[in-house]
Amino acid sequence: MEKGINVTLKVWRQKNETSAGSFETYKVQANPDMSFLEMFDVLNEQLITEGKDPVAFDHDCREGICGMCSMVINGRPHGPKGGITTCQLHMRSFKDGDIIVVEPFRANSFGVIKDLSVDRTAFDRIIAAGGFVSVNTGNAVDANNILIPKEIADKAFEAATCIGCGACVSACKNASAMLFVGAKVTQLALLPQGKAERQSRVVAMVNQMDAEGFGACTNTGACAAECPKEIPLSVIATMNREYLAAKLNGK
Amino acid sequence: MKIFGFLFQSSIGKKIMMSLTGLFLISFLLVHCGVNAMIFFNDGGEIFNEAAEFMGTNWLIRTIEVGLFVFLLIHIIQGLYLWNDNAKKRKEKYGKTAGNANSTWYSRSMGLLGTLLLLFLIIHLRHFWVISRFTDVVTGGEQTLYEMMKEVFAEPWVVAAYVLGCISLAYHLMHGFQSAFQSLGINHPLYTPLIQQIGNGFAIVVSVLFAAMPVAMHFNIVQ
Repeated sequence: MEKGINVTLKVWRQKNETSAGSFETYKVQANPDMSFLEMFDVLNEQLITEGKDPVAFDHDCREGICGMCSMVINGRPHGPKGGITTCQLHMRSFKDGDIIVVEPFRANSFGVIKDLSVDRTAFDRIIAAGGFVSVNTGNAVDANNILIPKEIADKAFEAATCIGCGACVSACKNASAMLFVGAKVTQLALLPQGKAERQSRVVAMVNQMDAEGFGACTNTGACAAECPKEIPLSVIATMNREYLAAKLNGK
Repeated sequence: MKIFGFLFQSSIGKKIMMSLTGLFLISFLLVHCGVNAMIFFNDGGEIFNEAAEFMGTNWLIRTIEVGLFVFLLIHIIQGLYLWNDNAKKRKEKYGKTAGNANSTWYSRSMGLLGTLLLLFLIIHLRHFWVISRFTDVVTGGEQTLYEMMKEVFAEPWVVAAYVLGCISLAYHLMHGFQSAFQSLGINHPLYTPLIQQIGNGFAIVVSVLFAAMPVAMHFNIVQ
């Protein structure tokens, strides 16, 4: 085993959604090849041995596709590296003696369930408002029955890679969810399957987004810069366009 | 109102409104800067006064001026409202922030820059617009606009305030110009970088020209 590095963690501890939280300081010796979450596993082992309450943090796949790891590391969602989630961040990205501040994604619309675990059901309600397509019941249709040009399919797929982690909201100074909503609106507006609800969808999803209390977009670009799936800012422009067209159409 | 109400109600509607009013204000800046730059002919303000006379008396320009104030007020009120509202969307602040890692400081400071511009605008309108529109009518004043500029910019603090106003304008425009297109849904891999470059160029050229006016007048570079 390689020589470990010693880091000082300042971790946000909060009992539940309603209580006030504060930072606690911990010292951890980590292997440089550990992921950031594995380092937290080590910390929690330590805390359990000491008879203390382990740090609650979300994780599921640990391979960058579930979007559960809602940590802001030194002021940046998913840490200092671009295009990855927290589980794909490794301790080799830090130096011996570093002080690392870890806090949950923060927004009024994202409650802190406990410590670093964040309630992102607001996203589910936005999806439920319009992030779907209607299909006929019966047998599944053949693949490629509806022809979609490759470049359109690619663009839709690029938007569809959003994992709904909420890094965009956490990075935005206005806690705006427009990159998330824009990604879903763009994906479905591009595909023929999404055409039926195209205009009502964008209005319903934007209305729900506003009702959830997310902020407005000021085009700073922080969301796209921090997105682990590198969703481009152009999806917000697409959503604006779709929304304007729907509204002028009386939707 | 049923069709256009969203421009004042929904989050996207409001930013479309900020964008449209902003683009109108940009077109105003172009004209304003162009007319005022005529002082650099250095002819004792002859061409400039003629242009100013035209702008002040032409019925079409005067009508557009009413629209300008309406759009300006919408941009200011909506902007201040959005600034305040957006700031409330994250009650529990981050312990550590790293905003510069993902965005420019001026894109995050449009509310502050806009407020500085508003303060500048109040001083500026008091200096020129109020006097040329109202006072002169009452007193039948003989002073030309060029002479007014000479008088106002003799004061060093005024020159400093105007230069600061122009710096705020430059940064406000560097984000605002390209942002206006994004808000309207205009984003394209070919055109967006071009729009950003034109926006930066516009912001710098217009602000430098405007800032050069009080400076040139104060130091008698233009006579």
